[in-house]
Amino acid sequence: MARAARTMNAYSFAHLAYHALTGHRHWRPAWRDPAPKASYDAIIVGGGGHGLATAYYLAKNHGLANIAVLEKGWIGGGNTGRNTTIVRSNYLLNANAQLYELSLKLWHGLSADLNYNVMFSPRGVLNLAHSDAQCDAFVRRGNAMRLNGIDAEFLDRDAVRRMVPLLDCSSAARYPVHGGLLQRRGGTARHDAVAWGLARAADARGVDIVQNCEVTGFRIVNGRIEGVETSRGPIAAPKVGLAVAGHSGQVAALAGLRLPIESHVLQAFVSEPLKPMLDTVVTFGAGHFYVSQSDKGELVMGGDLDFYNSYAQRGNLPAIEHAAAGALQLFPSFSRLRLMRLWGGVMDMTMDGSPIIGMTPVQGLYLNGGWCYGGFKATPGSGWVFADTIANDRPHPIAAPFSLERFATGALLDEKGAGPVPKDH
Amino acid sequence: MLRLPCPHCGLRDHAEFAYGGDANVAKPALDAPQQAWIEAVYMRANPRGAHAELWHHVHGCRAWIVVERDTATHVVRGARLPERKP
Repeated sequence: MARAARTMNAYSFAHLAYHALTGHRHWRPAWRDPAPKASYDAIIVGGGGHGLATAYYLAKNHGLANIAVLEKGWIGGGNTGRNTTIVRSNYLLNANAQLYELSLKLWHGLSADLNYNVMFSPRGVLNLAHSDAQCDAFVRRGNAMRLNGIDAEFLDRDAVRRMVPLLDCSSAARYPVHGGLLQRRGGTARHDAVAWGLARAADARGVDIVQNCEVTGFRIVNGRIEGVETSRGPIAAPKVGLAVAGHSGQVAALAGLRLPIESHVLQAFVSEPLKPMLDTVVTFGAGHFYVSQSDKGELVMGGDLDFYNSYAQRGNLPAIEHAAAGALQLFPSFSRLRLMRLWGGVMDMTMDGSPIIGMTPVQGLYLNGGWCYGGFKATPGSGWVFADTIANDRPHPIAAPFSLERFATGALLDEKGAGPVPKDH
Repeated sequence: MLRLPCPHCGLRDHAEFAYGGDANVAKPALDAPQQAWIEAVYMRANPRGAHAELWHHVHGCRAWIVVERDTATHVVRGARLPERKP
């Protein structure tokens, strides 16, 4: 009966017309607000995109219905609502390519799958090259992507100029543009809608989404997880998955684990809304800046980390000034724009710059973290492989290279070859 | 802008410094067990709160210093010279 009622709540044109004709008086909350039960078959700690996607795919792909997502604050209030919404899979290493490409394939069908418009827009992601050496490196990465079945095109300077007319492609630029690597299937998605759509779809399959419920400890008996202690009382579960992003080290420490992670702050900022002027994502790796235009018209911009450990969710102005200087080198026409707001998020930077997905030394406790600044684009793929890992108590084949043990065995996934310095990835 | 009290130069903007990470990581002996090296190279306490960390005064006296800073509030409590070479 409840299932039938939820099915009738599916969004559609007829549904919208019904509510319009009845004065929008009968809309119902998109998900329930349940109190936590005494026990579940599985608990996911963290109600961001990754935690919600994990719960959704546990219910959808693996038939588990008795699941809770425990969120300390409100869903999507952490990095899910703080990122710059970019989605791509333009990686060099095979393990990264397969993980992010699985995710990108899921992005392309996510709105239909969730019955919720996540506003995915495959507008392309263009990485600019500013030297012959960088062109060579991008061609190499593009070739690696194509060998992995992922789209990639190298554009010369004239093609870049035609694609992004606002860009200063003249030889007078501080760092003249030589070319660019383009992934047309990449783009952006509305980050809040991703959290809301996943929450609604998981809830419809019976997942309890419990907000304002902080995990304060783990019950571990003989090396096996038996449940969690929370600010709303103890909850028993034979399987617990962690998806807490910037606070992975803090939560894992409650279970006695040390992680190869430093938490750093990354900032972003938006301009006042403008008419459509930029229809792709442009990144300026050499100058630490990237930009896209949101559907509201704001230019969404970011740069590099602040480069020191921080949990503050706010940074300092030198990092913003540096990114803004990069913006003006590429786009002189931005010089009179006013900024609307800026903010920071806590990045769980790993020692090799790649995420950690898989088992832990505690039986029944699974870890999904260390996403550095690449977490948003991985949301559906991460949930997919993490749900499979939890359901079958072994790493999903695509997740296997991302094990915590790789730091001991030496099988690191260092995309940039930067070494064990988290801020340099 | 954070301002760091360099023991040599006084209060300076943090843009003059390069960050060097957790100051409590000690290199093990060359013949120490592998696990000790894995801990030293990769594992970090990553505390939320008081943190002793290395900063290199690149655009100043070029000394490495140890700064006591809170990672949740960014409050800087002091700085000193390291006891051993970082």
